[in-house]
Amino acid sequence: MHSKQSKWLWGAASLVYLFLYLPLIIVVVYSFNDSKLNAEWVGFTFKWYEILFNDAQMLTAARNTLIIGLVTSVCATVLGTLAGLAMYKYKLRLLPVLVLTPIAIPEILMGVSLLIFFVMLNMTLGLVSIALSHIAFCIGFVAIVVRSRLQGMDESLVEAARDLGATPVQAFRLVTLPLIMPGIIAGALMAFTLSIDDFVITFFTAGAGASTLPLQIYSMIRIAVTPEVNAISTLLMLLTLALIVIASKVAPGAIKAQS
Amino acid sequence: MRNNRLAKWLISGPPLLYLLLFFAIPSAIMAFAAFRFPGDYGGLLPLMNVNPDTGKTELLINAGNYADFLTLENFTRFFQEPVFFELFLKSFWYAGLTTVICLALAYPLAWLIARSPKKHRDLLVLMVILPFWSNFLIRVYSWMIILGPQGYFAKSINAVLGVIGIGPVQLLFSHFAVILVLVYVHLPFMVLPLYANLEKHDMNLLDAAQDLGANAWQRFWRITWPLSLPGVWAGAALVFIPALGMFAVPDLVGGTDGIMIGNLIKQQFLDSRDWPFGSVLSIMLTLAVLMLAGLATLIGRGGKRNAL
Repeated sequence: MHSKQSKWLWGAASLVYLFLYLPLIIVVVYSFNDSKLNAEWVGFTFKWYEILFNDAQMLTAARNTLIIGLVTSVCATVLGTLAGLAMYKYKLRLLPVLVLTPIAIPEILMGVSLLIFFVMLNMTLGLVSIALSHIAFCIGFVAIVVRSRLQGMDESLVEAARDLGATPVQAFRLVTLPLIMPGIIAGALMAFTLSIDDFVITFFTAGAGASTLPLQIYSMIRIAVTPEVNAISTLLMLLTLALIVIASKVAPGAIKAQS
Repeated sequence: MRNNRLAKWLISGPPLLYLLLFFAIPSAIMAFAAFRFPGDYGGLLPLMNVNPDTGKTELLINAGNYADFLTLENFTRFFQEPVFFELFLKSFWYAGLTTVICLALAYPLAWLIARSPKKHRDLLVLMVILPFWSNFLIRVYSWMIILGPQGYFAKSINAVLGVIGIGPVQLLFSHFAVILVLVYVHLPFMVLPLYANLEKHDMNLLDAAQDLGANAWQRFWRITWPLSLPGVWAGAALVFIPALGMFAVPDLVGGTDGIMIGNLIKQQFLDSRDWPFGSVLSIMLTLAVLMLAGLATLIGRGGKRNAL
């Protein structure tokens, strides 16, 4: 009886996995399809990748995305690590609310409020406003990963260091920091992925000045489905996959910390 | 002692300041904007005005123009025109349906992962998260390809329907497409908390129930399901809340009548540029989310207590 039940369950579960993966596989397959329509398989081609690499707008968008991603990753990691430490060490009221709410509310709310804010400050919307916004919503994710790493740390190691004469700063630099480093690296990679993937907040804070890859993809697929989007999607998926592999090598357990 | 306080400020100060400046203050400004008038060229009416008598720039409130300063008009508009309330209801319906479908798909999967051998679990969980790490727009786009009228899927569905005598249906740009894609992009949010909960269940309970004569159905509804309620509520909150505020999915696959609150908010800010009314809509969405999050926490807690 048990095996019959689990057969049914495995069947259902495989269908769910299929549901999760099939659409993405189709995107990849059609990026090599020699037809404009994304409908029927015609033949193999690298044409769409060629078009992609000669698309000046797309390349600018890719460069912008990388710059914003790197800046966001560095700043959000520093601020998020501090926030994670503060939330672990001290009983604070305001900080946890400010750190966690941006994660919990629909993104569009943060997008529009930042739009009003930047316009009121007479700031020209562009790379700077996008990066400032990305940092704001990434801090929370880094803080959570770092805090959970701290919670799993053996506090007696720090006490031992202090007993042996280390100053608080030394104890932090020589004991705590190396121990939570995997969490910090995971947080940095996470902030980078979140930033290069973000569409909603970028959409509101980008203005006419700057485009990123998600914005570029959005404006392309709003008009028509084109295999060039399949090509860039395939490359982005490869990039994400590479980041995950790096994360699992540099910081094993980091991927688990994120879920 | 003073050193400790200094350390506390050095550590918590920078993120606190940053989030005050780029999260709390913008949110407060948005709340304030909901009580203001739209400007002549979109955006907000400026707070400063040139006084025609003196030629000096003055705050509106100093110039005695209280009536131009703050208003409840934007809120009245929201409550007076039923269109807006209906759109809220529709968005709730979409998000609710999405949540229920996600739950139905995620439960067997999460249960199975939780019951599979320990060494396989991490891999099975990773396989759920992996597609979710690809860009959000790519995941939406993939369904635009599948549901497109020229695609194999739409063609075969319509061929089948044709046999029964029902005319060709449009899959893309429909309510159906919105729900389907909402389910697709939110599914992992349901699987993960459910799995985290189901993994902790004590399997001896099920064996005991079986020994006492409970059949599979009874074992599920009287043991597994009540115990898993905290996970269910956590997953429901993680799916419902982002789905409620979604604007890209209806925008891309919903066509003209598939729109949700998010689309209306986007419209107010970017197209018709009525920021005060856009802010009212955002505040209403925020209130809805806060209420739901509070409710989910309460019920989740209650569920846990009842189950234990």
